[in-house]
Amino acid sequence: MGGDFWCVFLWHGSNESLPSAEAVMFLKFSLRSVFYGAGGGNDIQWCFSQVKGAVDDDVAEADIISTVEFNHSGELLATGDKGGRVVIFQQEQENKTQSHSRGEYNVYSTFQSHEPEFDYLKSLEIEEKINKIRWLPQKNAAQFLLSTNDKTIKLWKISERDKRPEGYNLKEEDGRYRDPTTVTTLRVPVFRPMDLMVEASPRRIFANAHTYHINSISINSDYETYLSADDLRINLWHLEITDRSFNIVDIKPANMEELTEVITAAEFHPNSCSTFVYSSSKGTIRLCDMRASALCDRHSKLFEEPEDPSNRSFFSEIISSISDVKFSHSGRYMMTRDYLSVKIWDLNMENRPVETYQVHEYLRSKLCSLYENDCIFDKFECCWNGSDSIVMTGSYNNFFRMFDRNTKRDITLEASRENNKPRTVLKPRKVCASGKRKKDEISVDSLDFNKKILHTAWHPKENIIAVATTNNLYIFQDKMN
Amino acid sequence: MECTLDAQSLISISLRKIHSSRTQRGGIKLHKNLLVSYVLRNARQLYLSERYAELYRRQQHYPDGAPLLAMPACPPPAAAAPPELAALPLPADTQDREARSCGAARGGAELLEVAGPGGGGGAAPGLLYAAGCDFGSGGAPHCSSRTTVLDLDTHVVTTVENGYLHQDCCSQCPCCCQPAPGLSSPPPAPGTKRKYYPGQEEEEEGVEEGEPGGGGVAGGPPFAPCTKRARFEEYSAEHPQDSSNISNLISIFGSGFTGLVSRQQADSEQPLNGQLCSKQALASLGAWTRAIVAF
Repeated sequence: MGGDFWCVFLWHGSNESLPSAEAVMFLKFSLRSVFYGAGGGNDIQWCFSQVKGAVDDDVAEADIISTVEFNHSGELLATGDKGGRVVIFQQEQENKTQSHSRGEYNVYSTFQSHEPEFDYLKSLEIEEKINKIRWLPQKNAAQFLLSTNDKTIKLWKISERDKRPEGYNLKEEDGRYRDPTTVTTLRVPVFRPMDLMVEASPRRIFANAHTYHINSISINSDYETYLSADDLRINLWHLEITDRSFNIVDIKPANMEELTEVITAAEFHPNSCSTFVYSSSKGTIRLCDMRASALCDRHSKLFEEPEDPSNRSFFSEIISSISDVKFSHSGRYMMTRDYLSVKIWDLNMENRPVETYQVHEYLRSKLCSLYENDCIFDKFECCWNGSDSIVMTGSYNNFFRMFDRNTKRDITLEASRENNKPRTVLKPRKVCASGKRKKDEISVDSLDFNKKILHTAWHPKENIIAVATTNNLYIFQDKMN
Repeated sequence: MECTLDAQSLISISLRKIHSSRTQRGGIKLHKNLLVSYVLRNARQLYLSERYAELYRRQQHYPDGAPLLAMPACPPPAAAAPPELAALPLPADTQDREARSCGAARGGAELLEVAGPGGGGGAAPGLLYAAGCDFGSGGAPHCSSRTTVLDLDTHVVTTVENGYLHQDCCSQCPCCCQPAPGLSSPPPAPGTKRKYYPGQEEEEEGVEEGEPGGGGVAGGPPFAPCTKRARFEEYSAEHPQDSSNISNLISIFGSGFTGLVSRQQADSEQPLNGQLCSKQALASLGAWTRAIVAF
């Protein structure tokens, strides 16, 4: 491919003074847009597709959505909530009569993944809230996913049953046993179709390995192992083995008085099965290679951007804490989310990100009030689209933002039931930071900070996104013509 | 960055957050409390720098050397480690007094509790803690593992030492303006109480200052008896704290958090030490029922 070749040529010819990774990427994308005609003309028009969840304004705490995740094919969409439940939606098969839109997502399975527990030894209640769901790639007819709360990870098998045996000799159809003396003939039971039943059963329970609250799980590209991370430690598990896990990162200081940072997120590299990253509350990301040593306390790479001293405030530490880290599908980049921005890092450049996008910079002057009402501690997630060209993250007032890395354009959209006619194109929103508010703009002071979008997910192949407000799940698609 | 809150309000808000995190479902959230501790440190730094600036201005105004240093110097921390939590000159000066008793302490956990209005439900209405500190060898060695509690309603001070409760001594002498011997005094005899009188200023924290000039606050030897606010400020100005370590989380939670953590550690990594657990359980049950903040 021409564009990529250019890129390689420049890179190999470089020395210290020649193009940085950033410059190279710019060239790469420019060339790509020349070659493929991407850019302005191909902006996605997002349309409302579906909304799931209760209409009430009165939100039951257990219904608050706490995680959203597409599976590897995009056919299934899983959500977890504060009440410990998992709901899986399945996309309908596309039918020929509705070629203008993709299949809808309907409930496929619902089950109670975690229950509240009480740790009597420490007098602590363990919340049943599902912190993360991660799908395993499909190997057979059944689907597998990992779900975790603060302390325990569970491997669930979701399988379909659409046939059942009929024609038993000793049992009636309803299950009652027949009197053997009435049996005069013998027949062979046969499988007959039945209404589809989806069963979820816990196949493995990985417990008692975390003293602190689990914030991340990530499945390795070897599909045999996975990691789980809490505030201070990261453990490596084998999917088949529940009574043992290996501790691969431990940042707990010998004296807890010296604690200065905690682990906030961790993820395996999508292609390299020995590489993973973890982010910290201090705004740093460490990349570790498990081949280097058994305990990966010493990082292979440390990604950190120096703080801008002019932005220093009481809350600098809080807003620099990274709430999510996600590798691109290609594995070349990773994205981090802190309170006000999204940053894209090139794995080959540690001293600063290659791209920074401001999500809601207008909040910088409101940090005091956001601290008072606890909103400053909100942990926003972020996600890539399938081709790693667009990134998405949530904000307040049920707004969510997308940043196109190629065109450098961004858009703000709102997840609201007011736009709930299917195939209604969403109108871009704009927040007016200060001064005269134009028509259709919303001023910062009228933003509803109780309506926050923390969890979003992008279909791995299509332009379908799932956006979770407090207790509703919105599905948007691009307008197909 | 503009902030509509001053340092004092930020400090009290932060205290309240840490307090309420104790009663939240799911246990203490380490990450959030660590972040709150950073805000506390920043606010405290600002507060102190404002205080020093004010003190400096006052010194400029009264060059004849008014009793700015009426308070005797605390014994300097003997240990090399800088005091992580020296006296925090909060506007609630009774807290000052409490804090100052541990002021020169080396490191350790100093806990100041702020009783939010109404409290988190149940429990005693107002409890103020200055947690036990590890006094340096220059200080009072017998003060180790002491947690001091001021009940804001009854104004009774009790001291928990090593997990066992006992009451502080209270000498009623109206020697308000005499310089206290400072922190090197022996602790009050067990079984006695100390009284503080509510003052004019009703801070949100609920701790009041004795009326200047006559409120007759009787402080025991470890606590400065003087009620004049200025003196507290001056005293605190005398001991610029090394605030660089304030971000340490354990400082915030003090011995109580260490107890919690070490208990957790005991569970997961060592065979259970029943004696250790019970001691800590005693300390945690009796001494403090509210969230704790350390400076």
